[in-house]
Amino acid sequence: MNAPGTAARKRGRPTPSIIPIAVVLALAAALGVHGFVSARNVGNIGLQASILLMISMPMTLAIMSEGLDLSAGAVLSLCSVVLAQVLAAGHDLPAALLASIAVGLVFGFGNGAIIALLRLPPFVVTLATLGIAQGIALVLTDGNAVSGIGRSAASLYALAWFGIPMPVLIALATWLLTHVLLYHTRFGTYVFAIGGNRDALVLAGARASAYHIAIYAYMGMVLGVAALLLTGRMNAAHPTVAIGMEFDAIAAVVLGGTSFERGDGRLFGTVLGVAAIAILRNALDLLGVESSLQVVSIGVLILVVIVIDSARKAKRTAFAP
Amino acid sequence: MSASGANGASAPAGTISTWRRLDAHSTALIYRIVLILAMAGILAVTTGAFASTANVLNVLRQASLLFLLASGLTLAILCGGIDLSVAANLTLSACLAAGAIKLGVSPWLGVAVALACSMIIGFLNGVAITRLRLPPFLATYAMLWIVQGLAFHYMGGQEIYGFPPAFRALGTGFLLGVPIPVYLMAAVLLVGTVFTSRLNVGREIFAIGANPEAARLSGIPVRRRQLLVYVISGLMSGTAALVFLARVNAADSGMGEPLLLPVLAAVLIGGTSLFGGVGSLLGTMLGSIILALVINGMNLLDVKAQWQPLVVGAVLLAAVLIDLVGRGRGERIG
Repeated sequence: MNAPGTAARKRGRPTPSIIPIAVVLALAAALGVHGFVSARNVGNIGLQASILLMISMPMTLAIMSEGLDLSAGAVLSLCSVVLAQVLAAGHDLPAALLASIAVGLVFGFGNGAIIALLRLPPFVVTLATLGIAQGIALVLTDGNAVSGIGRSAASLYALAWFGIPMPVLIALATWLLTHVLLYHTRFGTYVFAIGGNRDALVLAGARASAYHIAIYAYMGMVLGVAALLLTGRMNAAHPTVAIGMEFDAIAAVVLGGTSFERGDGRLFGTVLGVAAIAILRNALDLLGVESSLQVVSIGVLILVVIVIDSARKAKRTAFAP
Repeated sequence: MSASGANGASAPAGTISTWRRLDAHSTALIYRIVLILAMAGILAVTTGAFASTANVLNVLRQASLLFLLASGLTLAILCGGIDLSVAANLTLSACLAAGAIKLGVSPWLGVAVALACSMIIGFLNGVAITRLRLPPFLATYAMLWIVQGLAFHYMGGQEIYGFPPAFRALGTGFLLGVPIPVYLMAAVLLVGTVFTSRLNVGREIFAIGANPEAARLSGIPVRRRQLLVYVISGLMSGTAALVFLARVNAADSGMGEPLLLPVLAAVLIGGTSLFGGVGSLLGTMLGSIILALVINGMNLLDVKAQWQPLVVGAVLLAAVLIDLVGRGRGERIG
């Protein structure tokens, strides 16, 4: 167990309810849903969860720093559109990926700079950039899908290494990178500190803004790479396809027990949150429940976890001095 | 005294600066009026179609729809919160109302359904914020998706259209040459202004927004007032849903979504501060007119609809920056 985890336990923070909930969800799906436990379906869950896991990693950092990024889905769509258009123009995949990452970084730096330097509420700033990214994607494509992009993105998506699909490998690599950044670098220490008490950090003479901007820039970079998976999965790009994905990512972070208010939480909690959402969506898919009701059920799941967590917290603090 | 000491230290200064900012808010409103006149002047000169009675009334009708939706949001922001679910609430309330009207019993059934649905959503927001202690943006953001999902499910990709003329008059009718929604806007503005500036309950919303801890220590029932604000915000979404439904004569599950950004922008452009405690419904009305002029101007100048999210997003960003400049640097820290 890592240091922040033990520190949190010393402060008396209960272990997140997501652990039993993820286990219960998995068991219920395995027992109650026909076709859930098969090598093919488990592979499907991994593929479906890979993009969500990628977005959820930087989203955890944003939420730990008392922020969030509502523009993630719209920026991901825009990156995917740019990537597809560069491919459609006849350039090769590395060039398209670079363009996609550049677009993500522009939005990430923009969001981060406005939030960190001007100290504006992240949800409004990123809601405005959501509109801007969505607008640019619509203007670039005239509202249509971008296809005719060759096979390069799709064949990369279909690659596997020792039987593990490439999207899953890229998502796991993102998790590993985020883990190292959060727990083994100065940047990670700043993420917790910015969420804990940013003003104290500034008054103590620390240069918090650069690290604060870096959180959102990291989000932009990850979105640029995730656009490759999104485009490869459909072998096309659509200007609004990923809008709403930020909700799943925020839900995964909240389910994982990361607090919006105190700068604490665990990256592994988010991974379990992603697993819970992926299992829930997959099981509901198999049961023939449409996507709109899946969103409702994720919302209800969040409420259940929050109610349980706050009840347990109340029980704990009731006896505290 | 020792308990209130830490918060009490900033309370007197907060009160003084609140009064100074309220004054600054009045001057800000005058700037908004000048801006509206300037925009109208530019549109009148650059496009032939703007300066007609029909178009001006059209802009006002558009503004009144934005204002109805934005008025509840204004209260939520004034008391230091936010309601991101207003547009999704409008969608679900309008869809359910459309279904109820189609039962053929009475259009009033649709009215009752929309108002009840919207108040329940507002109440649930209020409970999540005051009892579960969720941050308002998180609670109402989750509610946005839940409500949107229910609307998608209810409509199943279909559209419900064609309502009785008596109901449609709510959105398309005229009285003495002025559209009915404009009267609704005036009525809500009047009642809302009396509520926020003359009644104690309304004044307390400002106090909570400026400093919730000080408000609690002064004996204001903070949670009950917050709950009330979110119920009102829901109710205004339901009202806007009825007007919107009557005007476009059709309901679909995507009808409210494009309204969230313009409505939020209207509130902030109107000088209501995101940080709570400062603002007015009059400002929100002026903000709604500005946003309606932007959208109308884009139509008249033949700008493609695809540009709208981009322009509205940029306007929203500008509105937040204006709010920041208006507050001054020192007040944001600490």
